[in-house]
Amino acid sequence: MRSKRFEALEARPIKKDGFVKEWPEVGLIAMNSDLDPKPSIKVEDGKIVEMDGKKRDDFDMLDQFIADHAIHIEDAEEAMAIPSIDIANKLVDIHVPRKDIIKITTAVTPAKMTEVLGYMSVLEMMMAQNKMRARLMPSNQCHVTNVKDNMVQIAADAAEAAIRGFDEQETTVGIARYAPFNALGIMVGANCGRPGILTQCSVEEATELDMGMRGFTAYAETISVYGTEQVFMDGDDTPYSKAFLASAYASRGLKMRFTSGSGSEVQMGYAEGHSMLYLEARCLYVTRGAGVQGTQNGSVSCVGVPAAVPGGIREILAENLLAACLDLECASSNDQTFTHSDLRRVARSLMQMVPGTDYICSGYSSTPNYDNMFAGSNWDAHDYDDWNVIQRDLRIDAGLQPITEDALVEARAKAARAIQGLFKGMGLPEITDEEVEAATYADGSKDMPDRDVVADLKAIEDMMNRGVTAVDFIKALDKEGFHDVAQSIFNIQYIKCAGDYLHTASKLSSDWEVISAVNYKNDYHGVGTGYQISEERWKQISDLPWADDPETI
Amino acid sequence: MAVNEELLKSIIADVVKEMSADAPAEKPAEAPKAAPVDEGPAETLVLTPDGEAQKGTAADEVIIGVSAQFGAEQQNNIIGVPHAKIMKELIAGIEEEGMKARVVKVYRSGDVAVIGHDCAELSGSGVAIGIQSRGTCLIHQADLPQLGNLELFPQCPLIDLDTYRQIGKNAALYAKGESPNPVPVKNDQMARPAFQARAALLYLKEVQSVVLGKKPVNMKVSYK
Repeated sequence: MRSKRFEALEARPIKKDGFVKEWPEVGLIAMNSDLDPKPSIKVEDGKIVEMDGKKRDDFDMLDQFIADHAIHIEDAEEAMAIPSIDIANKLVDIHVPRKDIIKITTAVTPAKMTEVLGYMSVLEMMMAQNKMRARLMPSNQCHVTNVKDNMVQIAADAAEAAIRGFDEQETTVGIARYAPFNALGIMVGANCGRPGILTQCSVEEATELDMGMRGFTAYAETISVYGTEQVFMDGDDTPYSKAFLASAYASRGLKMRFTSGSGSEVQMGYAEGHSMLYLEARCLYVTRGAGVQGTQNGSVSCVGVPAAVPGGIREILAENLLAACLDLECASSNDQTFTHSDLRRVARSLMQMVPGTDYICSGYSSTPNYDNMFAGSNWDAHDYDDWNVIQRDLRIDAGLQPITEDALVEARAKAARAIQGLFKGMGLPEITDEEVEAATYADGSKDMPDRDVVADLKAIEDMMNRGVTAVDFIKALDKEGFHDVAQSIFNIQYIKCAGDYLHTASKLSSDWEVISAVNYKNDYHGVGTGYQISEERWKQISDLPWADDPETI
Repeated sequence: MAVNEELLKSIIADVVKEMSADAPAEKPAEAPKAAPVDEGPAETLVLTPDGEAQKGTAADEVIIGVSAQFGAEQQNNIIGVPHAKIMKELIAGIEEEGMKARVVKVYRSGDVAVIGHDCAELSGSGVAIGIQSRGTCLIHQADLPQLGNLELFPQCPLIDLDTYRQIGKNAALYAKGESPNPVPVKNDQMARPAFQARAALLYLKEVQSVVLGKKPVNMKVSYK
């Protein structure tokens, strides 16, 4: 006979999740692995000659890149001499300011930081995350995609996401060749919602750079780095080629961050027997060494791997914190489905929602998850009210605010009409009034009519061969009467010329002020300090349109 | 070519039979047990090395590039569909467009982009399909960047036999210089929670057979 209790438990969503036992020899272990290198450093004539138990002659290309570019050598021996437990305590201690810790954490080795974090509980790490975040105030980023690659729907969803509070927005494709239309949809749509939203289109690196240089996008984040040499080579790359790519973005004033995350090396078969956190530490040191301002990390698309082993969610928090400790902007994942359990997905996200990171999600799916072309996010459009209520319950600012249905319809309609006008102005395949209306009221692509995909793809090829740039988009929008949208797209390009959003953890206000870790430093040093929710902001967060009003009930 | 006419006919007959018999489960990603049940005879794919793969000259050739353990140490994809059936569908899809399939095994990497692109460069038409043991596959073309592709099917637990056939067919259409409608992309956000760790395990096993620097090898296809 079977236990009815066990039968009931077996029917729970969590039982559909995949779990595996640790296998440290191939790197299937989150952190605290006995097989990780022990921290060490030896400096001779201003050069690191030994790092984490390896002599310079035995360095692989990552070791060499890190030793030469990522560590403040002049402070290294002194910082490495501090016991790891003391560094862990400084991270938690409200009396030790961020800048004093950065001096230490940017002068130690990957194995040292792995050891430091290995001492800490999730509660201690959340305290540290609150203090170590680069930008004063947290923010949030969303995904805007759909299964049909319908750019009208992308524009409408982007506009809605903008008024809901996302400062950065990211799209990608189902069909790679659709990228330019999706990039146009998200840029135009987001900036219809509110001026000054940064947008990107995650595709193959050469295409993505080309689109960035031509002004289809404002930033990029899917420049992947890996923690072992073999996985780097599988991606046809080295730390040096990635650094070169980073400088190509910087040369056009395009914001960019690298991407890494635990589990990728295991997923790609070459973890060299190291823990996920140690390999992620190497990625983050490579990021720092390349001079890149920030990272998207927290396992990201490989989250199913750390989430399947013991302590994996703690490890994800540890890697976000490590990014902040290296003075990097951190867009902290919370973007990919990893569980069937609603309880589990909230527990995972509280680690970043409560302390706040530079971008809590990277990204939150602004569509229902069936339309999420990053293979599903931990949060989707149907969770908007839950997210807003959690913010209100805990009095935290996790970047969003409730909106009214009227505001939603207005924003979506404007964006759909603007992309319709842009297509008309540029002689691209027609966007019909029927599509505009469908996108205005849609929940997802099931509510959208089909487009002629073959005609769209031919038009894209032709458009790209014509060498169009942002100047063409701005002219077309202006010609079709969308002057304010044209102005916003112009301003996005204009700010690239100044290079202002190359600063760490940048975002733009609707008045085009660059808000970054340079002019808005995180100065947390105890209760009541650091970022505080203003009265105006609290009203936005707390004012649920559907809450009973004591005055009117 | 390793596949003779008679065998082809029997394959096509088999495939037609399977297509009418198989009703793919509606949500194969919900749990491994919900995968499409295959009632056909359990066959094993046998790939026999047939010399180092050279650049093809026939414009009607589409290469099916397979990973190191495909049809060898591993015989089923991530949801238990036999490689034998997948291979039959891919070949049938290519043949029904009047093109010819060549099967090549890539050893230097287990990465599906590398497998697909290496084979596209060898393919007489410049078009190839790349597929890993767990079932992840793509359609690649020689003049694209390695990490680009014509069509990508990253969520292997969602690819049913019908989709594999359409992938074969579309690869053949690209090889003929046509612009087919892409095979509809399947998307299930719960594939990762259910399958990512297992996908990693299968890949960890796959790369045990990767041999850096080893040249791709032509494969004769048979079934037993």
